[in-house]
Amino acid sequence: MSIVLEAKHINKYFKKPVKFHVLKDISFQIKKGEFASIMGKSGCGKSTLLYILSTMDTDYEGELYLNNQLVSGQDSTHLSYLRNKHIGFVFQFHYLLSEFSVLENVMLPAKKLAEKSFQEIEHNAIQKLKMLNIEHLAYKKASQVSGGEKQRVAIARALINDPSIIMGDEPTGNLDSHNAGNVFNIFKQLSYEQGLSLLIVTHDEDFANKTDRIIQMEDGKILL
Amino acid sequence: MTNWSIILSIAKTHLLTKIKQTSIAALGVTFGIGSYITLVCFMTGLNTMLDNLMLNQTPHIHIYNEIEPSKKQPVSLYDNHNNSFNVIHSIKPKLSQKKIHNALPIIKYLENDIKVRGALPQVKTQIFYIAGSIELGGNLIGINPMNEAKYFNMGDYIVEGAAEALQNTDNGILLGIGIAKKMALKIGDRVQVSPINGGVFPLKIVGFYQSGVADLDAVQSFTNIKTVQRILGEANNYITDINVKLYDMEKAIPLAKKIEQQFKLKAIDIKTANAQFETGTTVRNLITYAVSITLLIVAGFGIYNILNMLIYEKMNDIAILKATGFSGKDVQFIFMSQAMIIGFVGGVLGLLIGFGLTSLIETIPFKTEALPTVETYPINKDPLYFIIGFSFAMLSTFLAGYLPSRKAKKIDPVKIIRGQ
Repeated sequence: MSIVLEAKHINKYFKKPVKFHVLKDISFQIKKGEFASIMGKSGCGKSTLLYILSTMDTDYEGELYLNNQLVSGQDSTHLSYLRNKHIGFVFQFHYLLSEFSVLENVMLPAKKLAEKSFQEIEHNAIQKLKMLNIEHLAYKKASQVSGGEKQRVAIARALINDPSIIMGDEPTGNLDSHNAGNVFNIFKQLSYEQGLSLLIVTHDEDFANKTDRIIQMEDGKILL
Repeated sequence: MTNWSIILSIAKTHLLTKIKQTSIAALGVTFGIGSYITLVCFMTGLNTMLDNLMLNQTPHIHIYNEIEPSKKQPVSLYDNHNNSFNVIHSIKPKLSQKKIHNALPIIKYLENDIKVRGALPQVKTQIFYIAGSIELGGNLIGINPMNEAKYFNMGDYIVEGAAEALQNTDNGILLGIGIAKKMALKIGDRVQVSPINGGVFPLKIVGFYQSGVADLDAVQSFTNIKTVQRILGEANNYITDINVKLYDMEKAIPLAKKIEQQFKLKAIDIKTANAQFETGTTVRNLITYAVSITLLIVAGFGIYNILNMLIYEKMNDIAILKATGFSGKDVQFIFMSQAMIIGFVGGVLGLLIGFGLTSLIETIPFKTEALPTVETYPINKDPLYFIIGFSFAMLSTFLAGYLPSRKAKKIDPVKIIRGQ
């Protein structure tokens, strides 16, 4: 099976207020179609690791490969392009552009990528919304939909460019159990039906136990 | 790889959802540019009017025979006193003729010069205006009326009658308005003038002249050169002054020097004659520029302020855009284009307001004794000022947008997302 994401000997230090070794020699791989979760106590560095893997944080030592290509040390414009094309993001708070409609929010990354025509993008976006059962919200303002719905819109946005991997930073952390279950089912479905790789940081043990693989972290190290 | 349509659509949405802030920022530019244009057009209009008041009537080079003492006194010609210290008391000016020697050939020579637009002869003399037993002192200037009107805008200062009337009337006179008032004369009346060496000549009034300088209008009148020559009993080569108008005023100084050397006459150029006037113009222009630059800078700070606030409000949006694959440059362009749109809309409105206000001022009546030709406030609607105003609107919004947008470019999305 091909490897989507690979981290080799990643070290990270926080320099303020005092020098602190957050991530200690992290190495692991995510294969294609794998549904992995990162578990650990608060402050163990799991979110920090996720933002390094997402290419948004570039201040680290070690090597990061995305689809077997070295990402570390690339310039920020190219990293933006890689994020746009290969990585879908779901955050704990829904982080939609509140002044735009749901449909526009979903279409935005695809318009930025500009590989397809406007009609195709719109069609794809509506497809994604339909898949997540929220197509009736398409023309509502993002600020006018509920929390669970917002998270589903964020998932649709993460999917719009058919990324290689979806990353989530506690995507269910702010949702009630019903909506959390919903989001999990959506992820599971994506993983099985479409062979999508997922890497989710979570606190929720029930959620983690249902994934293919749990990466347990403690004090900046991975426990195997 | 910049995708402008999406950047502009995001910028547009930001601007439209914050329409109040947007329009306040745009209005800042509008008033800045509008008042800049109004002010500059009005100020330069006034300046030009004042300049013209002076320059139109003033010859670029004025040539005449100066009455002055000889530079070389006879004692220095006497060899025996060569090595002694000579003291001469009460030096008198040299007795010379008032007329310019060989005036007609000089005029011909000057008119052949390519730099010269026109060289006009004048005969100046002192006379008395006679009203019954009262004698009023004054000047009579013999001119060539049609040419004076052509080169020195004399027509603008003839309040009644016309230059043609003087040209066509034998023994006609264009009377200073002050004299006419004193003597209660009207067009068609006759006025008697008497030169210093005696005799009385009746002249027919064909018009009134008002220069705007009351003292001058109370003494000065014009007539044909031939009439003056006849009054003085001189031949038709009797010319006391030559006024030269050039194509380019800047060439007056060297040409005046050349004429002085070549013909041994006094030649005064306009810059020397009106040195303090030049200083006034420069200072007025300086004030105009200082005020207008201040206006534009104030408008620029308004935009800077509003964009800065906008970026603080949009921190989350910036983080999301960056997380979903927009580069720092894209984000910068989004905010830059917002600034430029504000600048463009505000600038265009500013042009319209400037145009409207100047058009309005142009219709306000402005009548003054000193300026007989001016009826409304003068406005100099030079398209250049509109172009400068608009360019400055774009430039200042660019600068005002550049700094905040660079901050947006540098925002670290991780900090924002984790900070929540």
